[in-house]
Amino acid sequence: MSVVTNTTTIGAIDAPSRRNTELGLMVFAILISVFAYANVGLAINGELPSGMLGYGLGITLLGGVAHLVVRKFAPYADPLLLPLATLLNGLGLVLIWRLDQSPRLIQRAETLWGQFSPDAPKQLMYSAIGIALFVAVLVALKDHRILQRYTYISMAVALVLLILPIFFPAVNGAKIWVSLGPFHIQPGEFAKIIIAIFFSGYLMVKRDALALASRRFMGLYLPRGRDLGPILVIWGMSILILVFETDLGTSLLFFGLFVIMLYVATERTSWIVFGLLMSAVGAVGVATFEPHVQQRVDAWLDPFSEKTMAHSDQIAQALMSFGSGGTLGTGWGQGHSDLIGFAANADFILSTVGEELGLAGMMAVLLIYGLIVERGVRTALAARDPFGKLLAIGLSGAFAIQVFVVAGGVMGLIPLTGMTMPFLAAGGSSVIANWALIGILIRISDTARRPAPAPAPSPDAEMTQVVRP
Amino acid sequence: MNKPLRRIAIFCGLLIFALLARDNWLQYVRADELNTRDENRRVRIERYAHERGNIIVDGDPITGSVETKGSDFKYKRIWKDGPMWAPVTGYSSQAFDASQIEKIEDGILTGNDDQLFFDRTMSMFTGEKKQGGNVVTTLNGAAQRAAFRGLGKKKGAVVALDPQTGAILALASTPSYDPSVFAGNLNSDTAARQKLLDDKDKPMLNRALRETYPPGSTFKVVTAAAALENKLYTGIDDKTNSPLPWRLPLSTKNLDNEGTIPCENATLREALRWSCNSVFGKISDDLGNDKMIEEANKFGFNKEIFTPVRADASVYPKDNRPQNAMAGIGQASNRTTPLQMAMVAAAVANDGKLMQPYMVAQRTAPNLDVIYTHEKEQLSQPLSGENAQKLQQMMETVVKSGTGTNALIDGVTVGGKTGTAQHGLNNSEKPYAWFISYAKTDNGSPVAVAVVVEDGNANRDDISGGGLAAPIARNVMKAVIDSKK
Repeated sequence: MSVVTNTTTIGAIDAPSRRNTELGLMVFAILISVFAYANVGLAINGELPSGMLGYGLGITLLGGVAHLVVRKFAPYADPLLLPLATLLNGLGLVLIWRLDQSPRLIQRAETLWGQFSPDAPKQLMYSAIGIALFVAVLVALKDHRILQRYTYISMAVALVLLILPIFFPAVNGAKIWVSLGPFHIQPGEFAKIIIAIFFSGYLMVKRDALALASRRFMGLYLPRGRDLGPILVIWGMSILILVFETDLGTSLLFFGLFVIMLYVATERTSWIVFGLLMSAVGAVGVATFEPHVQQRVDAWLDPFSEKTMAHSDQIAQALMSFGSGGTLGTGWGQGHSDLIGFAANADFILSTVGEELGLAGMMAVLLIYGLIVERGVRTALAARDPFGKLLAIGLSGAFAIQVFVVAGGVMGLIPLTGMTMPFLAAGGSSVIANWALIGILIRISDTARRPAPAPAPSPDAEMTQVVRP
Repeated sequence: MNKPLRRIAIFCGLLIFALLARDNWLQYVRADELNTRDENRRVRIERYAHERGNIIVDGDPITGSVETKGSDFKYKRIWKDGPMWAPVTGYSSQAFDASQIEKIEDGILTGNDDQLFFDRTMSMFTGEKKQGGNVVTTLNGAAQRAAFRGLGKKKGAVVALDPQTGAILALASTPSYDPSVFAGNLNSDTAARQKLLDDKDKPMLNRALRETYPPGSTFKVVTAAAALENKLYTGIDDKTNSPLPWRLPLSTKNLDNEGTIPCENATLREALRWSCNSVFGKISDDLGNDKMIEEANKFGFNKEIFTPVRADASVYPKDNRPQNAMAGIGQASNRTTPLQMAMVAAAVANDGKLMQPYMVAQRTAPNLDVIYTHEKEQLSQPLSGENAQKLQQMMETVVKSGTGTNALIDGVTVGGKTGTAQHGLNNSEKPYAWFISYAKTDNGSPVAVAVVVEDGNANRDDISGGGLAAPIARNVMKAVIDSKK
């Protein structure tokens, strides 16, 4: 690798730390969020919201702490990741608070559960926990390569996390929750990080065997049976998740994650072909037998058909929400995205963005996600160790797939799956796990951009200069 | 490892690009289509988010808006004298859409019409609350009240027109309904509407425009016009070639008259005065089906009329000879709306010129700027001015000294024609009482009226156009004339 490259913004050596750039962007992200909050209050109640000071102080405190910790513990980290995540989290809080004000949703909650409890305070608390975890990652994890040691432990933990929800009752048709008293956790969100750690460690060791020990067949490199084994295990696992937990999104996420990382590790296109073939077989197979999946495919193909509307009008409502937003949107707090009802502030939070901020706002939000992914991929490119490269691309690939699957589902591009929009959507597991994800990416980027230590002075040279008595 | 990394970067870029493309497709290309879908509740929320404009009669609104609570529809429509005006306004319900003027003029009333674009843009800058425009009707409050009260508890309809312009002055239909009872969005609104729909008297049927009746003897005016126009007879006081009894063509039955009246070779004037079936049946037969259809069409039969509320087409169909002869006295397959018969009377009163009937005089912006004014429009000329004046003399004789004396008004020239239309199998049902008429002053005729009463409660022998319907017509005409003074 050359000493200074112009093709990436992350130079190998002597790159400026860019901490002040980050600070400026953080101020910008927080100001936008606070302004959005004021905007919603003015639109709905005609006055500045009473919680504005608390919200403003809260998000400033959280963002400030995160920034200071990065300054101290990861001084050479990528300057964009933290402000982008903060902006999304801040906007997400405003969107959730805005939906908390909806009389329609309040009434709905009161009819269904007898009481309504606002989600925004909870989300603020989860954001705080998320940022605490982010801080913990940066403080405790001095070097991401330490994670290599936990390859097989990660595998065990990931398997447990994925299988756990089978033993808990299904919530709204999907078994993706673990309920512990008042806490509801979606282990899938955490599993995606842990499984990326496992893959990175495993593939770093096995990649040569996977890449080179293969037979050529019809122009493709077929891997050996024993190397194919783990892939078949993962394929089987994602199908099992799909069948037993009826969780389309998570299985798609894991499968995509594994294919991406295999491809990067082995540099063999044949893995992608295998990956696509196997996912196609799995998807068609399950879609044929699983009514839950069939319904979603039907709803995707014709969201306005009588059959779909009788079952659930969510997709239709989301589409009309986007349509009503048009190019410029109705403005914060002035749309009717709450007509979606169930999960309006979770899986469907993008419809509120689409309706109230319009095409312009949606493009901005999608581009922010795109930027986060792009910074992640750049981190992978800049990382100097294969483990770091694999982990960074794994995490950013998972992030990209999750954004695509959720946004594509809500916009009717692909069948709807039950996952959350990172940072925007209400939900503790999601926001906490994604803060950890950003923390790890920042740690890798810090290591990648850190200037090489100055060459140690040559003891020989020293010796010659010493005049001994 | 960097080459596959770059490819993955491109793949992630494509994912984001696909989302951006889809978003543009949804929010830019398909936005309009999604926004106008029936399933889209926003359309109705928006419709009821502002005070709806008003429908105006005699300078005063007959509608209004009240704020509602506990619903995402902010304003609810109310009507003053709902049952009386319902045939004019129609309804506008949060749950059940709208009908008639409320529906047709919805764009103006909600303020969304393109004609209000300038007004909307201005209020965007001045920060004024969005409001709907108004619809100014041609109706005459006094005439409408006279018509509605005249019908009372009886089933029937009244239409009054200004013969010179075509303006609708009264449009009543009974039994009626109050659109306010289901204007909202609650279960009670659904129940109230269902009750109206289940009512066997069909209170929501607009009998003035949407019900066709056999016209009975009032159709003899059309037959007489056809005779004059086709020069079958030219002088209204010349004897006609009308034997008595007159046998229906291709039949073994005579066409009888009601009672013993002087119909043998009666003049046109006398035949109309006494309502001679034999004379007019023979005229229809002499002219033939085609010529009768032609004349009826000139009066507006066989096509729908838009006022702008749609009125059903009155029919004078192609038919065989005996049926055509019976149609000449309004007792066969020809059927007519009350509006159509008012148009017949109006055309005669207006010296043969039939004007397009209308009831929206003006549309105004919320600030009362007039954005549309109706221009009177001639629909056709069913008969020449000369023949129209002959027919006027005949109709005036009917009121002065014939079957229609109940319609006389002091100091005003009134022309009219009664009708008692039998219907049902073998005339088993109680007949309909008809009366069509016009009043004339020095400035031409200000009003023409058609009244139909389908009264199931009256004693069968008492039912006659002159007895039941003529007094109502008289009061409506008098109300119009008095309000002009």
